[in-house]
Amino acid sequence: MSPAPDPTTHPGGGLAVEFTDAVAIVGGFPVLAGANFHVRRGEIVLLHGPNGAGKTSLLRLCAGLLPLERGQARVLGLDLVRQRADVRRRVGLLGHGNGLYVDLTVSENVAFWGATVGAGAGEIAAALVRMGLDGRLATVAVGRCSAGQKRRTALACLVVRRAELWLLDEPHASLDAVARDELDDLLRKAAAAGATVIVASHETERAAPLATRQLAVAGGRVVDDTPSPGVGRGT
Amino acid sequence: MAPDHSVAGAIPPWRLAWLIALKDLRIEARSRVVVYQVLPFAVIVMVMFGFALDDDGIAQRVAPGLIWLATLFSLLVVVQRSFAVEAADGALDALRVAGVDAVSIFLGKALAMAAQLVVLELVLFVTAVVLYGPRVRPGGLALLVVTWVLATIGLALVGTLYGGLTAGFTGRETLLPLLVLPVVAPVLIGATRAVESALGTTGAAVSEGWPWIGLLTVFAGAFGVGGSLAFGPLIDE
Repeated sequence: MSPAPDPTTHPGGGLAVEFTDAVAIVGGFPVLAGANFHVRRGEIVLLHGPNGAGKTSLLRLCAGLLPLERGQARVLGLDLVRQRADVRRRVGLLGHGNGLYVDLTVSENVAFWGATVGAGAGEIAAALVRMGLDGRLATVAVGRCSAGQKRRTALACLVVRRAELWLLDEPHASLDAVARDELDDLLRKAAAAGATVIVASHETERAAPLATRQLAVAGGRVVDDTPSPGVGRGT
Repeated sequence: MAPDHSVAGAIPPWRLAWLIALKDLRIEARSRVVVYQVLPFAVIVMVMFGFALDDDGIAQRVAPGLIWLATLFSLLVVVQRSFAVEAADGALDALRVAGVDAVSIFLGKALAMAAQLVVLELVLFVTAVVLYGPRVRPGGLALLVVTWVLATIGLALVGTLYGGLTAGFTGRETLLPLLVLPVVAPVLIGATRAVESALGTTGAAVSEGWPWIGLLTVFAGAFGVGGSLAFGPLIDE
């Protein structure tokens, strides 16, 4: 197992995410109420907190899916308000939905998302192999796949899109033990290759060993920022 | 190895629109919703009109209007299906996060919708000919084809725009007809008058149909430009 990368030595350097007093409002309700936090490039950060704390909203704001009402937010060095389209091209969000087309096959889904960034056939095939989706499974319609297979397909789409910032909301949900281990391995490799990963999860025991830091979210704010016990161990 | 992001965002918008259109048509080819559900629905509507009118003379005279009315009803089903596949598993959000230009999404989905409408209209026209007996007049074919093309483009653009607007709403199934049907009234009027002239069902000359082409052109142009500008903010809200 490769060790977790030291984010300060990442060639890109700097911060992947920097929020200052970030406020986001949905339906008149402040889902983020002055969030302050930063994530360095190459880090794997775990967001945890109770339901309704603002974890998903924080990920959606990072992805440019929620408007920033007040405060400042920079993602991958880009202003989230003025350069939202550029931010979106460089992040990948795996939320409660998988973002897949159930009538298309696994390989057609991965090929479609790959094509949106100009990925070649080799890159698409490599993403399928990396997520264990090659062979017969590649030709199965996503609607006929198990929940875990759908999740793996969604992750393959993220891989083939070459996202620099991975935003994962409960990524271990619906995965069996083997698939969970594969996911953890994939996330470590992605971070080692230069990607930044933010994981929102209730399963802190599972996700904490992956992370370099843990951020506790409550009431639309980041209320605690602690190094993860998994730092440097890569286990 | 660091990920290569050098080509991200370098895909031309027209290429992305084409990808989205192909994806939508591939989904239709797999699911056959238009073939197995929308087409039979449209034909049944035409047959029911025939029962309701129960007079060959009246049915032949109003056949052009019936074709377009059946097309409008079918359009609503096609639009809802087109956006249901995006909403089902969060794919529309994924498209937005992927940085796919909203104009590309708009034009791609409209293109796929137009392709499906063309097939639908062809079937409806043949059904009308079989049931009601109208015939294309000499010199009317060009008018018929131009009307067909422009009306289809206009309907596909409006359908895509309002489909995007209602995609995130609860109760979108009922909201969509309320929003779309009044807006497409100019297409219904213009296309019906033009086809009446092409078929001679009301005694109008073929030349009387061409001015309606202007209305259809303006309509398609306005919704092409307006839709391209408005679609991004609409799906972002």
